[in-house]
Amino acid sequence: MKMFLHLEARGEPSRLWIWAAPLMAVFLTLAVGSALFAALGKDPLQALNGFFIMPVSTLYGATELLVKAAPLALIAVGLAVGFRGGVWNIGAEGQLTLGAITGGGLALALGAVDSPLVLPAVLLAGVLGGMAWAAIPALLRTRFHANEILTSLMLTYVAQLLLGWLVHGPWRDPHGFNFPETAPFSPHAILPVLLEGTRLHLGIPLAGVVILAVWALLARGFIGFQIKVMGLAPRAGAYAGFRQNRLVWFSLLLSGGLAGLAGFSEAAGPIGQLQPALSPGYGFTAIIVAFLGRLHPVGIVLAALFMALTYLGGETVQLFMGLPLAVTGVFQGLILFFLLACDVLILYRVRVGRRPAPGVS
Amino acid sequence: MDQSRPAPAPGPHRLALEGIVKRFAGAVLANDHIDLALRPGEIHALLGENGAGKSTLVKIIYGVLHADEGRVLWEGQPVTISSPARARALGIGMVFQHFSLFESLTVTENVQLALDGRQGENLAQAIDEVAGRYGLALDPKQRICDLSVGERQRVEIVRCLLQNPRLLIMDEPTSVLTPSEVESLFVTLRRLAGEGVSILYISHKLDEIRALCHRATILRAGRVVGACDPATTSTRDLARLMIGEDPGALERRDPPVWPHAAGDEAPRLELERLSMDAESPFAPPLTDVSLKVRSGEIVGIAGVAGNGQGTLLAALSGEHRAPRPEAVRVDGVAVGHLGPAARRDLGLAVVPEERLGRGAVPELSLAENALLSSYRSGALVRRGLIDRTRAHGLARTIIERFGVRAGGSRAAAGSLSGGNLQKFIIGRELLQKPRLLIASQPTWGVDAGAAAAIHRALLELRNQGGALLIISQDLDELFAIADRIAVLCAGRLSATRPVHEVSLEQVGLMMGGLFDDVPTPAPEARS
Repeated sequence: MKMFLHLEARGEPSRLWIWAAPLMAVFLTLAVGSALFAALGKDPLQALNGFFIMPVSTLYGATELLVKAAPLALIAVGLAVGFRGGVWNIGAEGQLTLGAITGGGLALALGAVDSPLVLPAVLLAGVLGGMAWAAIPALLRTRFHANEILTSLMLTYVAQLLLGWLVHGPWRDPHGFNFPETAPFSPHAILPVLLEGTRLHLGIPLAGVVILAVWALLARGFIGFQIKVMGLAPRAGAYAGFRQNRLVWFSLLLSGGLAGLAGFSEAAGPIGQLQPALSPGYGFTAIIVAFLGRLHPVGIVLAALFMALTYLGGETVQLFMGLPLAVTGVFQGLILFFLLACDVLILYRVRVGRRPAPGVS
Repeated sequence: MDQSRPAPAPGPHRLALEGIVKRFAGAVLANDHIDLALRPGEIHALLGENGAGKSTLVKIIYGVLHADEGRVLWEGQPVTISSPARARALGIGMVFQHFSLFESLTVTENVQLALDGRQGENLAQAIDEVAGRYGLALDPKQRICDLSVGERQRVEIVRCLLQNPRLLIMDEPTSVLTPSEVESLFVTLRRLAGEGVSILYISHKLDEIRALCHRATILRAGRVVGACDPATTSTRDLARLMIGEDPGALERRDPPVWPHAAGDEAPRLELERLSMDAESPFAPPLTDVSLKVRSGEIVGIAGVAGNGQGTLLAALSGEHRAPRPEAVRVDGVAVGHLGPAARRDLGLAVVPEERLGRGAVPELSLAENALLSSYRSGALVRRGLIDRTRAHGLARTIIERFGVRAGGSRAAAGSLSGGNLQKFIIGRELLQKPRLLIASQPTWGVDAGAAAAIHRALLELRNQGGALLIISQDLDELFAIADRIAVLCAGRLSATRPVHEVSLEQVGLMMGGLFDDVPTPAPEARS
């Protein structure tokens, strides 16, 4: 006789738990995080305070939270649209990079042109850059049935190397003391700071507006409905006459465009020029944000705020407690792990049972 | 026939169930204190509508599900059947409605997988032996994909018989068989019963139960509502026990009238030598399929499952494009190259065979499922935005008009019973006022009450001048509602014949591929 653990599907997953699970995952992450801090010889309460409270206890800290949460939420909302329809764009980081390159390239090319149209033009260039990069996996999937998970992920590295070559080579600032970075953008191509003494820039309310628009699209738009059907039951979508290829293109272009916008907003907001390392992995973290937020815009905004806090918290504990910056990654990994584990328990119940070995009666 | 049904031997019961209770989540009582007893050599019918609790009960006997209350006695001894392996060890075999065979493996290999540790050569011999003894013609070396559905079922039966069962459970075994295959199955089952094997026979088909079974237990809503000797009980009485009310004769309308018989108007649907590859490697391709469906008639397509029905439906709906646009015409317009949405614009509506995942999305609400195929009509979508009030209104209209039992327009499609969801899907298609409706298996797995309602709705559309093409494996259904009938076999379609000119036997022959043994009808000048 052997003991078996087996999973038994629950009939209806509880609606309460579908939303309670992310909170549960956050709670478990905090618990394990405390143990981790204790194991590193730090007072867990003090460390948690440093990680989660201190970073946002000042106005500057609170605005920094928004500066980091905005690109995460923007990218995650775009990804969520595709994820609902079974289009797995894993390469938002690359689309973000390319959006920064095209927007930044136009900003550099326009130089000192003084027109109120410069800012909209460079933002649009950023969006188009992200879209163009996402169009490659879209084309490969719709024409050649190539898996977009692989193609979009691989293109991320191409985009990052392209950015590296540009800032080390042709686009390097001649007056930049040989640092691998471009010249600063002209003031007309920069997202203006809204609150003196902080980095709270125009890109943040812009991201809010875009997220609201995508929410409306998902909730009321027929295209959102088609994507939902395609994700839940592709054969029902084909029966209804929805064109799958068009939905694949739409999801990839939308998520790529939003990642591109986030990328250029990062370059034209807090940074003000192109550098080899523009994003601390926003494009990848946004995947966690999308799932933590249950692919729903409201959930995604909350999840983006939480994940932004892990970035700030990591920096804070590094500064004040000498803990490694990798703590951020550990917390992000923990939360994804616990969320997936909670989801399994929502959908299944664990049974400990015995099964007779084959042939024994 | 009675001499082939000897009374079962007296003595202890082979299997006795006492007070079996099974509850599912949400406190639904699927089995409510069920008692059932089988003697050795008895063929016992388990009769009931969909949702009556038959499948649940059988799964408990076979160890797939576990009862919450009650006792199971095997040969007089209380037992716990914890798993199918345990059931097989006791001597219980089961032939499921949906076979579990590996299509690319041979008969022997499939059997071998079920009985671990027996040698291939001996096994082929054993298969031959068992197959010969019970009249189950079977070649152990053939691959499953080359076998007909009837032959596949024989593989399943032989696989059970090799384990020397003392109780054989048959779940709707005749639903996919041709009439002659049914007869030979009955011969086998009677021989088994004669040797003392008890058979639990699950079916809807009242005539079969009357011809085959010694006893019948009738379930309704999870409870035993009656037990009888089916041979001495009329079909009508059995139906009344099962449904709980007089089924009410189907209103057969006037004999078929074809308003456009003069032939001036193009047929609503015309297939002209349509040939195309199948979606799956195990279905036959369509070969030179030609057919006309006119306004005001129902054309039925009979045939055993897996003879090209799926490909035909997809070719008609537009889910698969035809190689030539002219191969499919709707109202004279060549549509073979158009997708489902463009064809719907020409007045086509489709009811696919699979309700969940194709005709409806189980996770979505009925309002969203109403939108699924109605989005091009009724101003449900304007400027890319969904009018949710109208979508809910449409869902409520369907629910009311077609008597769908559902918890309102917000209920998830997956929460409806099969029959109610089918009524909803058919209602959704009918409310689009189609000029041409194509339905596959419209009453498959649907209870008798819902089936009658669906048939009435289809006939009403026909009487209003709609053209209907019904693909079905249920011959009774086609004979009840179709005006003309054709048979699909191995991807080829027979000529269509008026229903009153063909007999059940002739259709059965054609289902077996013998198109030429049936006298050809009058020249196809007008049909």
